[in-house]
Parts: sequence; structure tokens; C-alpha cells
Amino acid sequence: MTGMNDVMDRSRGRIKSAAPPRRAVRRFTSDHALLGGVWLVLAAYPFVAPNDFLVSLGVLFFINLILIASLNTLMGFCGQISLSHGAFYGLGAYTSGILSVKLGVDPWIGVPAGMLVAALSALVIGLPALRLRGHYLAMATLGFNAILTVLFNELVGLTGGPNGLLGVAPFSIGGLDIATDDRVFWLVWACGGLVMLSILNLVKSRVGRALSALATSEIGADALGVNCFRYKLVVFVLTAAMAGLAGGLYVHYNQYASPETFGYFTSVMLVVMVALGGWGRYWGPLFGALLYTAVPEALRSLGDFELFLFGLCMILVLLFFPGGIAAAVSTLGNRLFGKKKAGGRA
Amino acid sequence: MDNASTVLQLLFSGIGTGSIYALVAVGFNVIFKSTDAINFSQGEWVMMGGMVAAATVTASSSPVWLACLFAVLVVTAVGLVSERLVILPIAKPTPLLITLISIGLAICTKSAVMLTLGKNPAGYPGFAGDALVTVAGATVHSQTLWILVITAAFMVLAHLFFEKTVLGKALRAAAADRDAAALVGIKARSTVMWSFAIAAMAGAIAGTIITPLTLTSYDAGTMLGFKGFSAAMLGGLGNLYGSLLGGLLLGVLEAFASGYISSHFKDAIAFVVLLLILFWRPVGLIGKPVVEKV
Repeated sequence: MTGMNDVMDRSRGRIKSAAPPRRAVRRFTSDHALLGGVWLVLAAYPFVAPNDFLVSLGVLFFINLILIASLNTLMGFCGQISLSHGAFYGLGAYTSGILSVKLGVDPWIGVPAGMLVAALSALVIGLPALRLRGHYLAMATLGFNAILTVLFNELVGLTGGPNGLLGVAPFSIGGLDIATDDRVFWLVWACGGLVMLSILNLVKSRVGRALSALATSEIGADALGVNCFRYKLVVFVLTAAMAGLAGGLYVHYNQYASPETFGYFTSVMLVVMVALGGWGRYWGPLFGALLYTAVPEALRSLGDFELFLFGLCMILVLLFFPGGIAAAVSTLGNRLFGKKKAGGRA
Repeated sequence: MDNASTVLQLLFSGIGTGSIYALVAVGFNVIFKSTDAINFSQGEWVMMGGMVAAATVTASSSPVWLACLFAVLVVTAVGLVSERLVILPIAKPTPLLITLISIGLAICTKSAVMLTLGKNPAGYPGFAGDALVTVAGATVHSQTLWILVITAAFMVLAHLFFEKTVLGKALRAAAADRDAAALVGIKARSTVMWSFAIAAMAGAIAGTIITPLTLTSYDAGTMLGFKGFSAAMLGGLGNLYGSLLGGLLLGVLEAFASGYISSHFKDAIAFVVLLLILFWRPVGLIGKPVVEKV
């Protein structure tokens, strides 16, 4: 019973005496070291990629990674299925894009503005929607995405409508345009790393532990004094801002945005990629983003068969590795290195 | 008088589209009841019904009703076989996994139709040709009346099926409590197969009767599925009568939004209202709240 009271007090931040002062967060963990290592390895990519096309795929990989990693935080660590990630991606892209085209606002100001708009709209939609559970939350977020798709298409004066938003300026530093693939690569590489680092710090913190409690059982977590609704809302808003960042990077890289990039299909596919990568596993989105970027390109030569094979591969992966690729890799690793304990949050 | 006939006209067109949404919603509900999953292939079956019927009409010059009947049988079989191929092999079926696999199934179904029947939009005349009928001052396509009749008949038959037949009762029993149903000899896995067949049939009927009014093409399924899902949610997931109510309401809402406000924004307006209803009644209009246990 004392244990339970302790947890309740801590979660409200009221504990003062009795227990010695707690260290808030373990600042540097082995996962931090691994993240640093992986990012250094990824930095070698533009030097080994044989042509610009492959470098441009590298850029898309990091943009997709930001989208999938942020959605994984909401879905995997928080247990909430959102089908509006494409909409927040689009809000980030269109806000920054429109500011750039219509008012000539610098992307360095436009992108944060886009993140803010995505975050604010997540707050507005999240306040009522996160009180819904399961399929009803999925429906509400899907509806929100549908509304935004209509707006992107029909507010022709602002968005350019179905023809898309043309003439978006690229990023630039001191007069130097960041427009070519090899320059944009470093920008998205850094942003992707920052996003992965913030997610790592989030899940390792007290907030992260509260999240995994509420993902397991919301009522159980509520009973232990975790304010589930508030945590869900905070994560929803944060991950929407990350999707907004991805949108901003995308629009200034492509210098163009079109409504179908941010539609219903994108939102559904992002959910699928979270699952294929490894639901609720920190490294899962890396695999998800790799699949999302590479597989359509690899299948492109097959023409009309592309979509069929894509669907088939999806079904097969889910049938044979229901925990996603990260789970399969971690099982394989454990088998190779003889660790007894399989699973766990990688 | 003119105003009244406009209202009536919009009402007819809304109920016509709404009936389609209701049929699709029934499909969602039947599978939801047996698996707790959202089946993303539902809309593709609607599209497939229309496409197969159109191909049959073109290829064999058979009467439209016969081609539609044939298409419904084909798609029902496709639904049944799909379940055996991709849902049955799942080692540990969870609602989420079934939902995700159904997305893959939807992609495969859509591209299989594209590869076999082509990318061109397809259509055929209505059951009574393209005749227009005047009802109380409103001009209505005769196919709209057929849609109303067929949907009503389907709803009555579905009601009788679930209330009176052994298979229907078995499906309800398995939906209510899988383990208890298994104890009295109902195979849970075979009820899932039948639910897929019934859902595919409901979708195919919707597809074959709407195609004379709207045409169809391989990529039309996603939107129809999406609307049917919304209708199911609006009425209350897992409820046959909720589907009907939700479908009709969504259809009428869209018709009036496009008639009186703006046809460009009709989807957005329909979804805004849908979200408001969902926030007001989080379990749908006639859904029952589920008590969750830790």
C-alpha cells in the first residue's frame, strides 16, 4: 500500500520529504550512444551513394523517419491510433509553403510557424478526440484528415488546389541556397537526429514511464494517479509538431506541395509502416522509413504490378513477423548472441 | 412549391447515396462483430462489384440484373476466399493485426482489379434503363428507386437471417461471447469466414446498384469504404440498425450540404457534423457504451 501511495504522490509531483531527492532523468544511456553511432554511420551515406537520385532517396528517408518515429511515439508508446498524421504533415508543409510563396517569409521562420499551426490544430482536435477510445479515435482523426484534404484541394487561392502549390523557396544560409540533394541531406539528417533524440529522452523520462503505463491499461494508470488525458494530449500535440516539421522540410526541399501527398492514404500507410517497422519499439521507425522509402522505388520497374506486390509483401511480413521488423531483428540478435530474454522494448 | 420540390429532390438523392453507405456500413459491422477489427477491404469489394458487373455486361451482353447477380456471387466468393488466404493463417489474431492485414488485402484487391479489368471508368444502364420518374414534383432517376427497394429488402433479409436462421444465430452467439459459443459447438474461425462472405456480399450489392448512377473505376473503393466506415461509426459500431441510420443520415447530410452550401465543400461539411456528433455521443447514435475492465 505504501508503494502505491508513493507512486500516486510522485506522479503529482508532490513528494517532498521522506524519500531522498530523485535523479530526474538518466541523462546518457547506451541507447544514446547507439543513436550517436547510427547517425554517424548514416552521415557516410552521401559519400557512398553513387548518384544524386540515391541521395534524394536519403533525404526522403529522413523526412519519412520523422513522420513514422513521431507516429510511433503516439501509437506505440501511448497506444493511441491516429489517422491524421498526414494532415499534420500537410499543415506543416502548406503553412510554411504558403508563407513563403505569398509573403516571402524565410523558411527558417516558416517551418517553426508550420509546426506551431500543426501543434495548435492538434490541440483543438485532440481536446475532444482523445476522450474517445479505440476505433472512435481512429474515426475522429480520419474525419479531421478528410476535412483538411478538402480544404487543401478547394482553397485554391491559398493552396493552388489540385494543381499544387508552386514556387516555394528553398532553405538558405547567408545567401547560400540549400536546394540540391547533397545539401538538403545534411539539414534533414540533423533534424531527423534531433527528433530521434527528443523521442529517446521522452520515453526514458518519467513521462515515458507514465505513457507505457497508460498504453497498457488506461484505467489502471488513471487509478495510479497518472493523468492519462493530459499525457495523451501532450504527446499528440508534440508528435503533430514533429509531423509539421517533416512537412516544412518536405515543401522547401521539393519546392512544391500537392494535396494527395497529405491525404487519407498517407495517414493509413504511415500507420502501416509503424507496424511493419516494429510497433512501440524505439528503433522500429528506422526500418519502417527504410521500407516506405525504398520498396516503392525498388518495385517501380514492375509498373502496374508494383501495388499488388506491395500489398502482398505487407500481408506476408505481418503474417510472419507480427511484431514488425525490429522485433524480428531483436529475436534474431538474441538467438545469435544467446541472450535468454527475448522481446522487451528495443 | 419550387422550394419544396428541391428539398424533396435533395432528400431522394441523399437517401439514395445514404442507402449505399448503409450497405457498406453493414459490411463493416458484420466483420467488426466477429473480429473486433476494421476491415479496410470493404470499400474495394464495393468497387469490385461494380467493375465485375460492368465487365460482364460488356463481354456477354447479358441483362443488367443478371450481370449484377453474377458480380455479387463472384465478390462474395472473393470475400470468403480472402478470409481463408490471409486472415485464417494469422497465428495470434488480434483486432489490430487483422485491421492492418486488411489494409494489405485492400491494396491487393484494388490492384488485382486494375490488372485484370483495366483502369478505365466503367458503367452500365440502370435496371430500368435510364428512365426518369417524377415523384411528388421531384425528378428522380429510376435507379434511385431501385436502390431504395433493394436496400430495404436487404435490410429485412439481413434482419431475418440474424434472427431466424441457424447460421445467423451462430454468428450472433460468436459475436456476443466467442468462448461460450465455442462451448456449444460453434467454430469461431468459421464464423469469421462467413462474416467475410456476408460483408463482401453487402459491399458488392452496394457497388452493383450505385454504378449506373456514378460509374466506377478501380480507385473508387477507398472513398466508398471510408464513407461506409463513417456511417457505421455514426450509427454505432456493431449495430445493424445503427448502420442504416448512420448511412441515411450521412447521405442526406451530404446532399443538403452540396445543395444549399457548396458542392466543393460537401465532404468537409459532412465530416464536421460527423465529428460533432461523435464528440457529443462518443459511441455513435444508438451504440451502447462498453464498460472497460482493467
